[in-house]
Amino acid sequence: MAQNTPHPAGAEAWRPSSVELGRQAFRKKQNARSVAISFGSTLVFAIVVYFTIINTPGWERVQNSFFNLEVVAQAWPRVIEGLWLNVRVLVVAAIGVLVVALLLATLRTLRGPVFFPLRALAAGYTDLFRGMPLIIVLYLVGFGIPGLGALPRMPLEFWGTIALILTYSAYVSEVFRAGIESVHPSQRLAARSLGLSYGKTLRLIVMPQAVRKVTPALMNDFIAMQKDVGLISVLGAVDAVRAAQIETAQAFNFTPYVLAGLLFVLLALPMIRLTDWYSARLREREQAGSTV
Amino acid sequence: MNPTPVLQLREVRKQFGSNVVLDSINLDVHQGDVFALIGASGSGKSTLLRCINLLEQLDDGQIWLSGDDISTPSIDVDKVRARIGVVFQQFNLFPHLSVLRNITLAATEVFGTSPAEATERAMYLLKRVGLADKAKDFPDRLSGGQQQRVALVRAIATDPEVLLLDEITSALDPELVGEVLDLVRQLKDDGTTIVMATHEMDFAREVSDQVVFLDRGMIHEQAHPEQLFGSPEKERTREFLRRFTNRS
Repeated sequence: MAQNTPHPAGAEAWRPSSVELGRQAFRKKQNARSVAISFGSTLVFAIVVYFTIINTPGWERVQNSFFNLEVVAQAWPRVIEGLWLNVRVLVVAAIGVLVVALLLATLRTLRGPVFFPLRALAAGYTDLFRGMPLIIVLYLVGFGIPGLGALPRMPLEFWGTIALILTYSAYVSEVFRAGIESVHPSQRLAARSLGLSYGKTLRLIVMPQAVRKVTPALMNDFIAMQKDVGLISVLGAVDAVRAAQIETAQAFNFTPYVLAGLLFVLLALPMIRLTDWYSARLREREQAGSTV
Repeated sequence: MNPTPVLQLREVRKQFGSNVVLDSINLDVHQGDVFALIGASGSGKSTLLRCINLLEQLDDGQIWLSGDDISTPSIDVDKVRARIGVVFQQFNLFPHLSVLRNITLAATEVFGTSPAEATERAMYLLKRVGLADKAKDFPDRLSGGQQQRVALVRAIATDPEVLLLDEITSALDPELVGEVLDLVRQLKDDGTTIVMATHEMDFAREVSDQVVFLDRGMIHEQAHPEQLFGSPEKERTREFLRRFTNRS
């Protein structure tokens, strides 16, 4: 009997049995059916939505004032130029947020009574800036600090960037802190047992693991900040939103806003996809079962 | 032989609240000695090791490492820990670092050894334990036995004066215990001074020079393994060994 002889090594010797072939054929059929159903239902849904909107009494007016291609062509250069400002502010703010948030998180995890003032300061900071609406921080920083007259004149976007850093570092420091606390105490134990100092343990052992664990959350905060950069327009900085506002006022048409909005989405998409991909990869690794 | 013990404990006491975990512990461990700490769970084996490594603060008594009083409060704990190697039950390898980096970390970061020199030493040790091909891998790719062997190599990479092993086979599948114990035997033959808490009675009997039976925080009986396992003097020791041999 074939089953009783030792199985030859190597995959090329293996032929699926008739049972397995039957199962494969069944799964294939099921799969094809599922795809057909989901495709069909999506199509029907899209058609229904399309015709419902088209047939609303105000559609023509809305189409003309929100989706006007002529206005797009006219507003395009200015909005793009504004978006370039958003991108620059975003890059500087993101770096600033990471630095300040790491500092805050480190302060909050310091132990011992000596560090109480620093811990309290960091805790008060995160309470304040997580609670206060960004737009108010923008007003206070953007109009208040220059009003002191103590500092040289800075462009509006400078103060906008400061306000973004203040608000977002409060959020991100909490993410870092959660990450630091999620690293198992045995890791610190092992590091200290090797003779590593508190600081080196934090820097070489705890932080790298903490950052890895919270990377998806950090990326999500980055995506949130990406669009909140548009709020610097309230200070008068000519970013994409402000540019769209100017174009809207000139054309008596809302299309520039839609344009700016879509550009923000396009800007965010790579990061959103990257976050999804990274989260999935992390989940895969964790399910592979690491022991520590 | 150096007359000063590598590790000397005098009247060591440790309590958590009103619960006395260690009481009047006296030990003299000399160069090349292997001490096995045995006793039921909660008898104070792990706490004793943690006290030696200054992870716990003593409530009384003194500890000397090669003649230096390490229980004085002014001591630099990081410097002391750098002189002591520790291996834990759960391996505690650093998952974000490669096997090689796990081993070289203390050398480069604590002792200031050059990366090249630390790597050379790590590779030499890995080769000896048959894990040279895993140097670039991350710990989660290794079996439990391999991880624990790496943890042992990490602990001895900087030539500690004493090696503390805290039930290093308790978290391993039975078929992986052997390879880890083989390595401990090898270290003993190299002349490593070892203090180990263990539940592996046969192994303790085979490799140790002294067996210390801890009971409710006190050294109840201490003797050469043949003596302690062969004809224990105290009733409580007999009872403990009986329970243990019945279980395994």
